[in-house]
Amino acid sequence: MEQPETFRALGVAEFFYRNRAIAGFTNPTRSVYQTIRELVENALDATEMHGIPPDIRVIVKKLQSESDFDLLEITVEDNGIGIPPEHVPRAFCSVLYGSKYVNRQSRGVFGLGVKMAVLYSQLTTGRPVKVVTSPLGDPAVYEFEMTIDIKTNTPKVLKKSVSRSNNFQGTKVTLYIEGSWGSAKSRVVEYIKRTAIIAPYANIYFRYPEDDSYRILRFSRSTTELPPAPREVLPHPYGVDAERLKSMIEHEEPNKTLLRFITEHFAGVGRVTAAKFLRESGFGVRRTLRTLKDKDIVRLARAMKTWKWKRPGGEGLSPLGEEILKLGIQEVLKPEFIATTCRPPSSYEGYGFIVECGLAWGGAIQPTQTPSIIRFANRIPLLYDENIDVTRKVVDKIDWSTYKVAFPAPLVVVTHVCSTKLPFHGLGKEAIADIPELEHEIEMAVRDCARRLREHLSRIERETRHIRRLITIKKYIPIVASSLSSILETNSKDIEDSLFKMLEARRHGG
Amino acid sequence: MQLWERQSQEVLAKLSELGLDIYNQLKRGVFPKIEIPSRATSNIYFDEVLCQYVLGEQRIRRSAGNIKQIRSFTQLLWVAHFAKKLVQVQKSSTLRDLYYHSLNYGIRFRGQKESDETVTDLETVLHMPREAFNIFPKERSAIFGDLTIEYTIPETHRGRKVNLASNPDGVMIGLSVAHAEFIECNADKVIAIEKNAVFRRFIEERVYQKFNAILIDTAGQAPRLARLLIRRLNKELGLPVYILTDADPWGMHIAMVIIRGSANAAHLRELTTPDAKWLGVWATDIRRYNLPSFPLTKLDEERLKTLEVDPRYRDHFWQREIAEFRRQRRRAELEAFSAHGLTAIVDKYLPRKLRELAG
Repeated sequence: MEQPETFRALGVAEFFYRNRAIAGFTNPTRSVYQTIRELVENALDATEMHGIPPDIRVIVKKLQSESDFDLLEITVEDNGIGIPPEHVPRAFCSVLYGSKYVNRQSRGVFGLGVKMAVLYSQLTTGRPVKVVTSPLGDPAVYEFEMTIDIKTNTPKVLKKSVSRSNNFQGTKVTLYIEGSWGSAKSRVVEYIKRTAIIAPYANIYFRYPEDDSYRILRFSRSTTELPPAPREVLPHPYGVDAERLKSMIEHEEPNKTLLRFITEHFAGVGRVTAAKFLRESGFGVRRTLRTLKDKDIVRLARAMKTWKWKRPGGEGLSPLGEEILKLGIQEVLKPEFIATTCRPPSSYEGYGFIVECGLAWGGAIQPTQTPSIIRFANRIPLLYDENIDVTRKVVDKIDWSTYKVAFPAPLVVVTHVCSTKLPFHGLGKEAIADIPELEHEIEMAVRDCARRLREHLSRIERETRHIRRLITIKKYIPIVASSLSSILETNSKDIEDSLFKMLEARRHGG
Repeated sequence: MQLWERQSQEVLAKLSELGLDIYNQLKRGVFPKIEIPSRATSNIYFDEVLCQYVLGEQRIRRSAGNIKQIRSFTQLLWVAHFAKKLVQVQKSSTLRDLYYHSLNYGIRFRGQKESDETVTDLETVLHMPREAFNIFPKERSAIFGDLTIEYTIPETHRGRKVNLASNPDGVMIGLSVAHAEFIECNADKVIAIEKNAVFRRFIEERVYQKFNAILIDTAGQAPRLARLLIRRLNKELGLPVYILTDADPWGMHIAMVIIRGSANAAHLRELTTPDAKWLGVWATDIRRYNLPSFPLTKLDEERLKTLEVDPRYRDHFWQREIAEFRRQRRRAELEAFSAHGLTAIVDKYLPRKLRELAG
């Protein structure tokens, strides 16, 4: 990880343009989406990670409209834990502050997102970011207006005030950016909808400009039950390279034994396992860290990658779970049928991961020529680059006719991958690569749900057939009754009644 | 009781039985069904004792609770009700008439073929020919000879007597003739002829006198009423029956259906005349009488192959004739005798053949 000092000499614009691809600010449309996304994800982290059912308000206002660009005011408010006032300036206006050098399933990875949004704002409008926050347990409300001084990578606080809280707790951030709302709108709306799917325990209020007025999109929580927050876990021995190992050792006591170092710093490694590993890899059990030369560290890293460790599990990972995922899909997609499944933990290259999947069918879903896909990674909706995502590959590989699905069909496939390290395609972080282990788990999950969909479709087919049969039979009853009564010279009504009665009994009897 | 009356009573009894069976199923709370012996080829057997085709044990089911069967179940019941009405009011009808009648109801046959099939279903259920419940085909066969009959139906003609030699065109064999009582008969044999032209010639040539015979024009494949009448003449009056047809597989089979019945009527009894004899023209007669002949067509040859393995043709005599057809691959018509003079068939052929067969 590079140090902030490297950037000191760069101008705001230059820094921004150098890093915009990583952060997703590639064009005026995408930048609007990215800004909202960064703020919403911070809002969710400030609430659900701390056991607070989120109340999130997103308000977009169009202040001015040029031919291609709009001046937008974007405000995102949450009811989270707030930010202690002393941390506020650096949290928003110091690039690379709060490095996330931990192995935890989390939304942001670089700790860069919100600062890029602030930079983008500053670059396009020159206006400061406004932050209002009231930390948990603090009766005061703090208000800031700030910009980033990129030369020194330090925040410049323009305004700061304190007032008494009137029932406000959480954080509210307002940014001004230039962007193209017309073309960003559908993406942002889709992003909010998908966020509502993955966070059914949240109230989400979204107000946005439409024509000369505005529209409101609102999702109410359908549960107050939060999935357990992801925990920080130690890395698995498979998952570290020589560079990382070297940096870990440098931060340690030089007199510590190799044995102790390994048991303390890696997941699932006890003393017995560690001793066995060291013996088999040709390292003395009592050897201390100080005696390790660079080539020893390289050898150690290689040995760690090849030794037969217990495979990493899902420690610290937090999928939504079948029930909560089902609630989210129900609230947003309003389908006729949902199947969800959560796979057991698996791993690739020393990183644990869990796949969960949902299949939604019918109801308010519009039929499409191929299954629609809604992807999530560590509870973040992925909107771009669907065609190179592993889920698309799996969904296209499946012969859906096996599951009685004939296209066009109202079918949506929802996948959620949780991992301490997500194998993204390239820099955009919008598509997951087709790692074989991951592909296998997604396929198992989708097929599991598809089997249940087939049962559902078969049942519907049976019921439809049954009803059609009853209707057909009903049509013939009067002639049967009149013919039979004429043969027997009895009352036709009597026969007709008993036939209708039998038909009714069969309708209810199934 | 007259034959016709007896038959009508039986139809009504059997219809009531069918109706009651359905009604009882209904009262037991199940969707009623009718079981019918299957008329599929796989269920048609040749009965050695009866000397005709009969149906085996396979049955098909028509259930009111089955979406695929409710339609035919209803149609069968409707035809049964129609039959009952016909018998009750002593009116007759035809297959075509029944089909048109059905259009007034919601019954919707897909065409006359389907309503015809349903009538055959009812025949199978009742084990009685449709003539018994007053549904008749178009009448085309005729009778001529010194036989006095007394009509039993319809009401308007009951008791009226008529001699069947009184009309030089012959008398059409309809319901009334087929079911009439035989009062007086001076003939000692029956000659059934496939063709109207030859039938007329026989009347003109006084064959009925010269040979003391009752003549019947079957007009091709004999209709059921004609077969019924031939059987009655044979059984009730003890008259031997001779059949005269073209010398080809089709003519041969006209004779066979009179003698041993058709597979289409495997569900019916008492339409056959097992003692009847095929007088000619045989395949072997073509050479023997030096008749002008034509080559067999492809269709003729195929027909012969089918008949060769047909159990009705197992006898030595029939096999011999089939073999002869196949050997010479030629056929001849009844009219072929005209090549030897207008009266050759009556003067030479007929007496010789009758002598041979009677002897």
